[in-house]
Amino acid sequence: MFGFTRTQTIAFLVMLVLIALAPFFLYPVFLMRVLCMALFACAFNLMLGYVGLLSFGHAAYFGMGAYITGWTMKFWHVDASVAIALGGLTGAILGLCLGYLAIRRSGIYFAMITLALAQMVYFFCLQAPFTGGEDGIQQVPRGKLFGFIDLSNDMTMYWVVASIFLAGFLLIHRIIHSPFGQVLKGIRENEPRAVSLGYRTDDYKLIAFVLSCTLSGLAGGTKALVFGIATLTDVNYPMSGEVVLMVLLGGLGTVFGPTMGAMILMTMENYLAEFGAWVTVIQGVIFMVCVLAFRRGVIGEIGGLFKLKL
Amino acid sequence: MSDTILETEGLTREFSGFVAVDSVDLRVKKGTIHALIGPNGAGKTTCFNLLTSFLPATKGRIRFKGRDITGMKPAMVARLGLIRSFQISAVFPHLTVLENVRLALQRARGASFDFWRSEDVLTRYHDRARELIADVGLAGIEESVVADLPYGHKRALEIATTLALDPEMMLLDEPTAGMAHGDVDRIVELIQRVRVGRTILMVEHNLSVVEGLCDTITVLTRGKVLAEGDYATVSKNPEVIAAYLGSADA
Repeated sequence: MFGFTRTQTIAFLVMLVLIALAPFFLYPVFLMRVLCMALFACAFNLMLGYVGLLSFGHAAYFGMGAYITGWTMKFWHVDASVAIALGGLTGAILGLCLGYLAIRRSGIYFAMITLALAQMVYFFCLQAPFTGGEDGIQQVPRGKLFGFIDLSNDMTMYWVVASIFLAGFLLIHRIIHSPFGQVLKGIRENEPRAVSLGYRTDDYKLIAFVLSCTLSGLAGGTKALVFGIATLTDVNYPMSGEVVLMVLLGGLGTVFGPTMGAMILMTMENYLAEFGAWVTVIQGVIFMVCVLAFRRGVIGEIGGLFKLKL
Repeated sequence: MSDTILETEGLTREFSGFVAVDSVDLRVKKGTIHALIGPNGAGKTTCFNLLTSFLPATKGRIRFKGRDITGMKPAMVARLGLIRSFQISAVFPHLTVLENVRLALQRARGASFDFWRSEDVLTRYHDRARELIADVGLAGIEESVVADLPYGHKRALEIATTLALDPEMMLLDEPTAGMAHGDVDRIVELIQRVRVGRTILMVEHNLSVVEGLCDTITVLTRGKVLAEGDYATVSKNPEVIAAYLGSADA
């Protein structure tokens, strides 16, 4: 199913069991944060790991998704499902506009253009009245899902977040293992050859970019709903850096790597919080160790060790 | 003029002052194998890049099947049936042999934007892909990852991938470069087999390959056409000999 290999199916089932059992042992709000960031990281991995393009401005799509979901929940009082969907749609539209401009370049130029565009989105959010500037949008109600599922209960919210994450995770896996995904692999491997076979490679890259941004917006929207806030932190460049870190730490271009990376990084932020500013330093050191010693990331190294595709 | 498939008129490309291709008038007849030869730096590969729109021409026109293709997007040129290969072996290294060929079949037959469907739908291309792979003598290694294959196999695979698009015209950039003798013979034999119903324009350094295969030869030096004709004519041309050996007026 979904093009999983046998080991991947087993790993997926393990992940499923962990997601089902975790809220009975750990704080659900923390777990929801992990899942939102994991979805964001998976979406980012679609670009970096499978198209080979480093977008350095993915916070823009995540953050704008969060703002739109937060705003529509708070002021339009829409259903939670609609608000989250609007978050995803925001990511898609923004991704289409900015991606259209950025996709013509690759490598460092692509990273720079996406960063510049994302910074423009950041300044827009800083100045625009609807975002609440420095305060952000606060006290966003969780509301109801489909009109009857009350989300104010953490456990209920957890199952919803887990479902969104799993749906996104499976969608990405399907994208990678689709006819479209095959073309993406070809483009990553040898773009001039793909062009010479008659593929309009920019179109494929743009579609992949929009899909990645949609899921990023979805992750941002879900996060806004869980925590009841959407702030400048979500849309600023450290968020873009964090998602790169999560993907590299977990394992670039692996199926389970981004999720693992998100888990490690969120756990560190959560349980090392007592060290204050030192968390950033510790993160930096871990990042360096990762780049120097295990370049394929945690999951990539484990996969390499046992000769498995994870 | 209906027997001319590809034609250029005053094709020129300058790189900041340096003229790499200088008003080249090329006429390739349908159904022939046409060679483009010349010393290093003569502009052969630049010529290929211009013909397939990988580089925009500074001046001049290119017509393919009577249609002006100057300035067209490279993917569109490919879709018209003018498919090129590259000097360095152009394969998708981390895909399998089968996937390489399938990627070409998939483009020709559509459905490549379907990101919501399982790649299982691609199995319908497997029979044709296996045929093409067997055709170039690679049967039995369909599932091997291309990066692990010897060079000769990669070049053969590249031709199989190009053939998968059933192109009317193929541009082969040094198909036998860097090959061992046995492999060269195999590629020559392969080109002879696949030329039926197609036109081939090739850049080639190996003159015995050119002699055996090509109907017409165009010699380029310093971006200009020096001579044109069949092998016997061209090889006796004193200017050509001078250009190759660099003795006469150097």
